[in-house]
Amino acid sequence: MDMTALLLSRIQFAFTISFHIIFPSFTIGLAAWLTVLEAMALATGRPVYRVLFEFWLKIFGIAFGLGVVSGIVMAFQFGTNWSVLSKMTGPIQGPLLMYETFWAFMLEASFFGVLIFGRSRVPPWFYLFSTAMVALGTTFSAFFIMVNNSWMQVPSGYVMENGAFVPDDWTKILFNSVVWSRFPHMLLAAYLTGAFCVAATGAWYVLRKVYHAEARIMLRMGLGLAAVLMPIQLLFGHLNGEYVNTYQPSKMAAIEGRWNDEKPGSEVLFAWPDVEHRRNLFAITLPPPFGSLIDSDSLTAAETGLNSIPPENWPPVVIPFFAFRIMVGCGLVMLALAWVGSYLSYKHRLAYNRPLLWLTFFSFPLPFIAILTGWFTAEVGRQPWVVFGVLRTADAMTPFLTTTEATISLVIFCAVYAFIFLFGTFYIYRLIHTGPARKPFAVPHLAVPNRPMSLADEELIPESTHAGAGE
Amino acid sequence: MVMFWVLLLAISILLYVLLDGLDLGVGMLFGLASGETRRSAMLSAVAPIWDGNETWLVITAVILWGAFPVVYATLLSAFYLPLIVMLLGLILRGVAFEFRYKTHRLRWVWDLSFAGGSLIATFIQGLTVGALVQGLQVTNGQYSGGAVGWLTPFAVLCGIGLCLGYALLGACWLAKKCEAEVRDVAHRQIPALALGVLAFLVVVFAYALAENLPILHRWIERPYLFVFPAMGAVAAIVLALSILRHNDHWPFYTVAVIFVSAFGTLALSFWPYMIPFVITIEQAASPHSSLAFMFWGCGLIVFPLMLIYTVVSYSVFRGKVGTTAGH
Repeated sequence: MDMTALLLSRIQFAFTISFHIIFPSFTIGLAAWLTVLEAMALATGRPVYRVLFEFWLKIFGIAFGLGVVSGIVMAFQFGTNWSVLSKMTGPIQGPLLMYETFWAFMLEASFFGVLIFGRSRVPPWFYLFSTAMVALGTTFSAFFIMVNNSWMQVPSGYVMENGAFVPDDWTKILFNSVVWSRFPHMLLAAYLTGAFCVAATGAWYVLRKVYHAEARIMLRMGLGLAAVLMPIQLLFGHLNGEYVNTYQPSKMAAIEGRWNDEKPGSEVLFAWPDVEHRRNLFAITLPPPFGSLIDSDSLTAAETGLNSIPPENWPPVVIPFFAFRIMVGCGLVMLALAWVGSYLSYKHRLAYNRPLLWLTFFSFPLPFIAILTGWFTAEVGRQPWVVFGVLRTADAMTPFLTTTEATISLVIFCAVYAFIFLFGTFYIYRLIHTGPARKPFAVPHLAVPNRPMSLADEELIPESTHAGAGE
Repeated sequence: MVMFWVLLLAISILLYVLLDGLDLGVGMLFGLASGETRRSAMLSAVAPIWDGNETWLVITAVILWGAFPVVYATLLSAFYLPLIVMLLGLILRGVAFEFRYKTHRLRWVWDLSFAGGSLIATFIQGLTVGALVQGLQVTNGQYSGGAVGWLTPFAVLCGIGLCLGYALLGACWLAKKCEAEVRDVAHRQIPALALGVLAFLVVVFAYALAENLPILHRWIERPYLFVFPAMGAVAAIVLALSILRHNDHWPFYTVAVIFVSAFGTLALSFWPYMIPFVITIEQAASPHSSLAFMFWGCGLIVFPLMLIYTVVSYSVFRGKVGTTAGH
């Protein structure tokens, strides 16, 4: 076993999946937002909703395309770097990923075609239905990915046969309390991402004094949705804590920076965990029973500390400890922004409150940071296990992978991803900067259902449109 | 149930080779073409289909993982570096395809990525097949060939051969879909590429004889295997005739038949092994509970729907594309 190759493989997986998750979390939210816009356009008949729909459809196209492209790598990386894992868990993880791929392909690919070409060819209700189906497709994807990951967090419904995890009860794998607290948590996170990106765009237009009508709707709907969803998200976050506390005491102890068993437990708000000496430096702590109240909904419950867990089963304490606090911090800032912003919007004072508009504009990275740090908490906190309690990450790696191979692959991954990510972000930025087009939507000549990114072609190079018009 | 998933796997691989083969081929020929008119005509001949073509690769991967996890784990880890380079090649060309229309100044960067990515991905696919035919070094059910165990002269030869083969398929597609200059150039490229593929097949066969590759023994044991090469030979004759007559459509179908016969030849000479002479289909198959779960939720209805979707998207796109792409 090559320990450096192991570390590099973990970094590579973390890098590629972090890069990937940015796009689906954005597009799941956007797909739902598009459905709402289309429904509003049908219900009210106001053209502004149609303009917004077509504007966000183009952004959806680029983000969706980047998500698909970066997702291809994920389908292979289990086999390349984690061949022992994929051999052992193939009978469970393989079918789940197959459901994800097949169903997403069906719903997203076929109905996305309707969104591009169908406006004049299908009845309005079917167009709305297609939008909803695309949203449903992205939701299905998220569901099966969450089932898969939840199984790795809390494996269930299997028996071990010849060194492989053999499923013996799919209902336990698909429908357990862990899935049903984690899947809504992720889904809400994606909706909040969409909401804040929309609100930030609206704030930007108000500040630049352009697209007044569209900007007001984006601000009001984005912040309003976030104001409603944020408290629900906090609730599901709390429910996630319960499964961690029940099934993964080592992760919980790391998140809480709790070294000793406590009954009832105290709550560390901020500290610097000093792993070597098993203590917290500069700790700000709420006295008992706040820890038990937060982790176990109880005034008296006993909470496990890291000292009663063998160190070889500890996660790297510092990462989940801080990642969790960053996630919660982002969540609280978003909650405050959404509530204050919605209140001001209700009082018709938001458009004149430039500081808050600036804050809203700069808030768009927050949901992404919260999602990434949330995943860091979940995944790094699961260590040293890949299938919690059963299979160690170190034992799951391809045994003959060398440091040289892992270094080469990581370097080229970083180079290629940085390259396409820079351009992708730049094109999305340019689209948003240009703003919605208040003219009938012309489908670019090369746009097709299978090429979501092509929707924005004409938009991005106006000079070619002029040249084309002269022909 | 196992045979059902073998069938789906075979369909997926074959569709991937045929469909992505043609657009990877167009990608490589794109690198040789000059001038924006020709280039954009070539792109519009594959624009509506390339992404759908590539999904068959992902579908192949998930079928392998779900139904034959041992093969998935062994192959992907054995071909670690080439596979990752291939994936990045595919990503780069996919993104390039989209981004080249969003810029004028940087278009050359994306054009280079498109042609280069196509070439790299094709070469590695050929290399992988070559290394498999030659036989992977496996001890105790685990690959033991080292980081570059796949890098043999035979595998490199197969890599080059597949580049020629995909380019031929791409040229035939361009002859079928395009008009004017692009079609004429394609008609000039087809005979040259066809001769190249023929020369490659002769060399491969000679090499296999000289090295006495284990696959040859299968042929002596199973004479009925010659059905597929015979089919390929007939297709090659029809191809030669259609080249002489400058037909736009026949070359594509005959080359497709040649690919099918090559695929059938390989698959049947490996049978019942999935990784030649190491792991059989039965050894690799997932337990029944997994296969049945996938059968009801994916294989039975969704897979046929995906096939229908593929047929529909190709038939919507039938006929020639304009040289000036839509104007």
